[in-house]
Amino acid sequence: MDMLMIQEKINQVKKGDQSAYEDVVNHFQHRIYHHCYRMIGNVHEAEELAQEAFIRAYVNIHSFDNNRKFSTWLYRIATNVTIDRLRKKKPDFYLDAEIPHADGLDMYTQLPNDDRLPDEEVEGLELKRYIYQEISNLSPIYRTIIILRYLEEFSLKEISEILDIPLGTVKTRIHRARETLRKKLRNV
Amino acid sequence: MDCKEEAVDLMHTYLDGDITKEEEDTLRKHLEHCEDCQKHFHELNRTVTLLQTKDEMKAPKDFTKQVLQQLPAEKKHMKYTRWLRSHPILTAAAVFVLFFMGSLVSAWSEENKLVVSKEEHLIIEGDTVIVPEGETVSGDLVVKNGKLIIDGIVDGNVTLINSMLVEDIDETGLLASAGEVNGELKNVDQMFEWVWYNIKQTFHDVFSFKTIQ
Ligand SMILES: [Zn+2]
Repeated sequence: MDMLMIQEKINQVKKGDQSAYEDVVNHFQHRIYHHCYRMIGNVHEAEELAQEAFIRAYVNIHSFDNNRKFSTWLYRIATNVTIDRLRKKKPDFYLDAEIPHADGLDMYTQLPNDDRLPDEEVEGLELKRYIYQEISNLSPIYRTIIILRYLEEFSLKEISEILDIPLGTVKTRIHRARETLRKKLRNV
Repeated sequence: MDCKEEAVDLMHTYLDGDITKEEEDTLRKHLEHCEDCQKHFHELNRTVTLLQTKDEMKAPKDFTKQVLQQLPAEKKHMKYTRWLRSHPILTAAAVFVLFFMGSLVSAWSEENKLVVSKEEHLIIEGDTVIVPEGETVSGDLVVKNGKLIIDGIVDGNVTLINSMLVEDIDETGLLASAGEVNGELKNVDQMFEWVWYNIKQTFHDVFSFKTIQ
């Protein structure tokens, strides 16, 4: 579906057509779920939060301004829902490098391991996991911005819309986050 | 040039794609002479490259279904509207059938004179048929387009067509039937009314559909 089709579906949803929303959820489900997963680091919570985001979007669909991009609005809801959850967790939760993936549910350990991977790929996975770990160790504000910018490739302007903060603030935060990660990753 | 303040700021400006031609020249010239900044710049670029690792993840299989199940119920008329809109030929056929049935029904109900299958032992007052107390009506009794009060006994089946059984309400507010029916009591009009009600409802939805369009 292109943007015009999404816009049309949203108009139908606004008129009360729930089945049009099915297409919208189908279209965005993987991205929103992955976004929540990247931020929370746990598949169960990611599923719950992504569902919550879609439900909130539906309930508040009338506050969506058709002149704006729906995906941006949806990411904003998903981000807010997830940041709320992160804030309710113990503050040291995300500062501890070991805890977030101790349940073994992160995406890298989920990969099938019946085929033994060549050493290079194992190293690649280890590296990915390490990088993700370092992103997870950032506080929610910086983590969100790094995920949006580098893992999801949003422009700085789009990020300022998703997070509803000025462009200058986005830049300041992204600079700080890059510096933090530079120190963590320079010996990799 | 101050490394920490200016040079590093320019590196980030560069990484954000905001750097001007002059700024880029300034940065390049500085990097040629400053090893610390070269290292810093290299690390930053490498960090960005490392962060840009692609991966994909899919939502669980029944994700959409789960979401839809949790949505608040949509307004009823929308379901009809959507159905009607997505089935234009069936809708045309349905509208025809409804009009056809509607005219049948109204033809039927125009014939609304009281009809009673027998008159023996009965009192008839306007559209009300009374089985008086102490009387016994033997055989089946059919009442159409009227009201029936049974104070006595009907020794057979009672069929009410488009009619109502009037029951006395005693002081306790409970329905109490003074008389008795020694057969089956069939109430055709309940079903009839139900059908009629539904047709009227559907008509209503059809028309509101038209006004929505
Ligand atoms: Zn320098």
